[in-house]
Amino acid sequence: MEILVCVKRVPDTAENEFELNSVGNDLDRDDLVFSVNEWDNYAVEEAIQIVDNVGGSVTVVTVGDDESEEVLRREMAMGANNGVLLSDDAFEGSDGKGIASILKAEVEKGSYDLILAGAQADEGAGQVAGMLAAMLDLPYASLVNKVEVGEGKVTVGREIEGGNQEMNEIDLPCVLSIQTGINEPRYVGIRGIRKVAKVEIPVRSASDLGVDAAVIGDANAKVKRVDYFVPDLGEGAEMLEGSTDEIIATLIEKLKSKGGL
Amino acid sequence: MTQIFAYIPHQGGVAADISFEFPEAAKKLDAAATLTAVVTGSGADLDKVANSLTSLYAEVIKIDNEALAYPNGEVVRKALVNVLDANAIVLAAHDTFGMDLCPGLSIKMDSAYVADVVEFEGVDGSLLKTVRQELGGAVSTHVTCDIAAGAVITIRPGAFAPVEAGQSGAVADKSADAGDLAGKRRFLEIVEAEVGDVDITKSDVLVSVGRGIEEEDNIEIAQELAEAMHAVVSCSRPIVDAKWLEKSRQVGTSGLTVKPKVYMAMGISGSFQHMGGVKGNPFIVAVNKNPKAPIFQVADVGIVEDILEFMPELTEKVKSL
Repeated sequence: MEILVCVKRVPDTAENEFELNSVGNDLDRDDLVFSVNEWDNYAVEEAIQIVDNVGGSVTVVTVGDDESEEVLRREMAMGANNGVLLSDDAFEGSDGKGIASILKAEVEKGSYDLILAGAQADEGAGQVAGMLAAMLDLPYASLVNKVEVGEGKVTVGREIEGGNQEMNEIDLPCVLSIQTGINEPRYVGIRGIRKVAKVEIPVRSASDLGVDAAVIGDANAKVKRVDYFVPDLGEGAEMLEGSTDEIIATLIEKLKSKGGL
Repeated sequence: MTQIFAYIPHQGGVAADISFEFPEAAKKLDAAATLTAVVTGSGADLDKVANSLTSLYAEVIKIDNEALAYPNGEVVRKALVNVLDANAIVLAAHDTFGMDLCPGLSIKMDSAYVADVVEFEGVDGSLLKTVRQELGGAVSTHVTCDIAAGAVITIRPGAFAPVEAGQSGAVADKSADAGDLAGKRRFLEIVEAEVGDVDITKSDVLVSVGRGIEEEDNIEIAQELAEAMHAVVSCSRPIVDAKWLEKSRQVGTSGLTVKPKVYMAMGISGSFQHMGGVKGNPFIVAVNKNPKAPIFQVADVGIVEDILEFMPELTEKVKSL
């Protein structure tokens, strides 16, 4: 089975305390720590496990700048066989549809049975995989937390409300967005990274891919982020301050009055 | 005139709560627009939902087909593309079905797509200004969307105020326009969530742990506090993903909905998916070493400390009471 996994380099929510810049319209981007989108690690792990079972290969692809190469290498250190970087100044400012169009061009250059992506990334939209599927006229399932490969089809579980799981049968080829918790992504050590440090990763531009120029880049984006801000949500919590002993004494009184103790 | 269609999720003949929220969202999007509810399904359940919606919407479109009996994103998409005007604005819920349906729907309708909108701030020309959140709720963003050729927009459940019934609308049956609904994805069954050893929905006090617990072995620290408080340990999603606690301990939209009196959010950042499972307006205590954690915006009491140091001290003090 030939599997393509779409990944993204994102600001790491576990490693950063996000603040706005001095103007207050963008993130303070000094010293931001980036890593591969958390959901994508689960997608790559799932792809590797499928290939371990039924054979084939795993290719990881991303749309990004030179720095995005590091996330491809990380996923290759996990066990992905190939990496492809789709990079061009013309891609900058693309909206979800633009990114999906770029990925579509790459998908059409190969012959994939299964295309995976993380269920969402830093922007929280969860849009690119579903768009890509529709553009390719392939069936799609989102929020997948179980995959069983069958003959010409896969049986997938989708995570739905209340912790329930919706089981579906989908014809191959198809596109799936993968939810966290589907597996336990393997640890990647320094040695693993070193092993793939020299592997060549092809870089493809808009013209290499033959992407329709009318759908990519900032000028063609129908959806645009204007600025970042921190909303005024009223008073928020009453912050308890002082020594830990003082805080605990106050907290215990409050808990007593609210039925917590 | 702008036409807005609200896709109504429903189950067992009952429209989801968000069907009360779409009218408010539509009004904020464009007060001059017409709003029509669209509901797909099959048989008596569908009729029941469609009829109930006439008290909230002036017009209700129903699409009845056996293939729509269970909401399958691929099949519903085909029906909507065939029934709706290509330049329409479609509102849907940012829930597990909306996420399945809407990205592809926007492609097939050749419309712009904005996901998980929490507020609309008006239309300037054809540019709709929306508010979203990014990075797990750590920051908000203004996002503009060119709606000239239509748009598909999902809104966050609970973000818009529910309206009171006050319409006396009519149901229009558009089943005949749905077209060929054959798909490549087939619904099999629902596997119900496993019931755990402890029912967190029955506890008045929950000690709920998130990423701040750092390691599996540290879960014990939370268990000791819970024991001292006669409480039960629950958790946020990352703890279940890491397999440190059972799924039956997870609070949130993809876990269980709880209604405790007191909710101790220990090292939980407070994403909307997590807080969506905390109902009944409990007294929320948040302890987090990140002073910017979104949880402090929704908690009643906030404490900026490392839970791994704070919880054992609190446990000792509670035991000595």
